[in-house]
Amino acid sequence: MTDVVEPKSASRTLLFRDSLNEALRQEMARDERVFCIGVGIAERGGSYKVTDGLLAEFGPKRCIDTPIAEPSIVGAAVGAAITGMRPVVEVLFVDFTLLAMDQVVNQAAKYRLMSGGARSVPMVLRTQGGVGDGVAAQHSQSLEGLFYHIPGLKLVMPSTPRDARALLVSAIRDDDPVIFLEHKALYMTQGPVPVDEEVIPLGVADIKRPGRDCTLIAWSNMVPRSLAAAEELSSAHGIDVEVIDPRTLVPLDRQAILESVRRTEHVVIAQEAVRRGGVAADIASIIQADAFDYLDAPVEIVAGRNTPIPYNRTLEQVCIPQTGDIVAAVRRAVYA
Amino acid sequence: MQTSADPELLARLYRTLYGIRRFEQTCIRLYRQGHIRGYLHPYLGEEAIATGVCAALGEHDYIVSTHRGHGHCLARGARFDRMLAEITGKATGYCGGLGGSMHIADPDTGNLGANGIVGAGIPIGVGAALGATIRGEDRVCVVFSSDGAANHGTFGEALNLAAIWNLPLLLVVENNQFAVSTPVHKASRVVDLFRRGEGYGVESLSIDGNDVLEVYECAIDARRRLLGGEGPILVEARTYRQAGHHVNDPGDYMPPDQVEHYKERDPLTLCRRHLADDERADAIETEVDAAIEAAVDFAHRSPEPAVDEFLREYET
Repeated sequence: MTDVVEPKSASRTLLFRDSLNEALRQEMARDERVFCIGVGIAERGGSYKVTDGLLAEFGPKRCIDTPIAEPSIVGAAVGAAITGMRPVVEVLFVDFTLLAMDQVVNQAAKYRLMSGGARSVPMVLRTQGGVGDGVAAQHSQSLEGLFYHIPGLKLVMPSTPRDARALLVSAIRDDDPVIFLEHKALYMTQGPVPVDEEVIPLGVADIKRPGRDCTLIAWSNMVPRSLAAAEELSSAHGIDVEVIDPRTLVPLDRQAILESVRRTEHVVIAQEAVRRGGVAADIASIIQADAFDYLDAPVEIVAGRNTPIPYNRTLEQVCIPQTGDIVAAVRRAVYA
Repeated sequence: MQTSADPELLARLYRTLYGIRRFEQTCIRLYRQGHIRGYLHPYLGEEAIATGVCAALGEHDYIVSTHRGHGHCLARGARFDRMLAEITGKATGYCGGLGGSMHIADPDTGNLGANGIVGAGIPIGVGAALGATIRGEDRVCVVFSSDGAANHGTFGEALNLAAIWNLPLLLVVENNQFAVSTPVHKASRVVDLFRRGEGYGVESLSIDGNDVLEVYECAIDARRRLLGGEGPILVEARTYRQAGHHVNDPGDYMPPDQVEHYKERDPLTLCRRHLADDERADAIETEVDAAIEAAVDFAHRSPEPAVDEFLREYET
C-alpha cells in the first residue's frame, strides 16, 4: 500500500492520454528494444492520440502502423518479445482483442511455462474499453474478467494520469505479458503528474480517499465515480468512506484490501463489468475467506447488468453503475 | 539417381534424417509402454524437410515449429536425451518437463518453440523476423507450417505482414496431404498451396519435400536471398505423413495405394541413393541407435520436476 501524499517533486496537470504518451516516449528513449505497433498508431498517432509524435521522434522502425489483423499483430509482438524486444502493441478496442485471444491466452500467457522458464514475453498489450458515449455493444465492453482469469498475464487498469504514466513504465519494464486496460472515458480527464520520472510497481494498491466507515474498492472509471459517491455520503449521510484502487488486478494487492477491510468492517466493490463471473466476485471471495470475522455486513457488489451494452442512452446508463448506485450500496452495507 | 553433392554433406543429412526417424519410432515405443502421456504427433515420412532446411541455416537464425515438431527441434540441433526427457516429463528436459511433446522450445539454439495451435506460430515467426530487422541483424526466421495451417486466418495475415515489411521470413508449408484426417483436395479448391503466396506479392515455389538434397539446396538459395533483403519466400514442400495424425490414430482414411506410393519415395531411401555408400549409412544408423538408447536411459533415470518449485515459480 502506498501513501497518499502528493508527488514530492514538482508536478503539472496532464491529460490522461498525454501522460501515457509521456511514458511511451520516456521508455522508447531509455530502451531501444521498446517499440510500438498497432493500427493507425504511427501516421495518425492513434485514435486517442496516445502515440502522437512517436513516429517523428523514433522513426518507422519503432512506431509501426499495421493492417487490421489483430491475431497477427499481437502474434508478431509475441514473436518479437521472445527474441529480445519489448513491444507495446495497441489494439484499438478491448472488444477487438477477442480476435487475438489465441495469441494472448495460448501463446503469450503460457510461453514462460512452456519454455520451462527459458524465455518470457515482455510485451504490453495496451487497449481501451468501457462504456463511452453511445458506441454500442461491440465497442463498450469491460472485459478485464477474461484476462484476470488467465494465469500468466498481468492486468493493469489505471484511474488517474499519474498512475497511468507510472504504471505503463512498470508494465513496459516487466518481463511478463501485461494487459494494460485504459478506459475510454478517462483519456480526456486530467490530474497532477510529477515532472520527474516515476515508477509505481505492479501489485500496489492506492488509497484514493482515506475513511473509517466503509471500504469501497474500485478501479478504472469506477474510481472517479466512487470518489464522487464518497463525497456525497460524507456530506449528506455522515458516512466516511475509504476508496481503495487496486490499480493492478493481477497482481492484486490483497494485503492493502484486507487491511482496509479490517479497519472499516464494511465493504463495497464497484466494477463496470457485468456482475456474473467478475473480478469483484473474486475479490469478495478473498475477503470472506481472509477477513470473515471482521465483516459487519455482507460484501456489497455494484456491477454492470448481465446484458450486452445497448445503444440507447438511458438503457446504456442503466447497465453500468452510476454514482447513485454506489451511494445506495454503501448505505446498505453500513446500515445492514 | 546420381548426385554430385559432397558426400560429407550427404552423410550429415542422412545422420539427421535417420536420427529423426529412429527418435520418432522410439517415442512411439515409449508411448506404448506408458512413459509418454498425452498427444504425440510423429514426423514420420516428413523428415527431409526439417533436415534440409535446418542444415542450410546459420547459427543465429530462428525457427518456429509446429505440433508435429520433434523433427524440427532435432534438425536444429536438439539433443536426443533432453528431448526424450522433455517428452517423458522429466526435470532435465528442454522445458523442465513443463512443455511436453507439443511445446518443446530451445531458445538458446534459436528454436522458438513448437505450438499446439495450428497456424499460431506464423505471426510469432513474423515478429521474430521483425525484431531482427529493427535491430539491424543479419538473421532469418523459418516458420514451419502445414497444409492445415494454410487455411487458417493467420496464414494470410502473417504472410501479408511479412510482405509489406519485407521481412527475412521463410514460410515452409509442409504439405503432408492431411489436416488431421481431411485431405488437401477437400480443404482447398487450389491444391497447389504455394500459389497462395503470389496474391500477397511473395515469391513462392513448390519442391519435393521428400528429397533432402532438393530441400537443402532450395533453403540455401532462399536464405541467401532473404539475407539479401529480397523479402519473404514461401516454399511448399510436398510430402506425405506416413502414419495417422497422432500416435493413436490408425489413419484408416489414408488410401493404401497412396501410402505405398510415398513409402517408395521415403526420404531415407532417397538420401541413401544420393549417398550411394551403404556401409557408411549402416554405420551411421548403428551410432544413432546407440545414442538414442542412451537417451532413453537418461530420460528414465532423470528426476521429476519438483511440485513446490513449480508452484513458487508459476502460481500467480
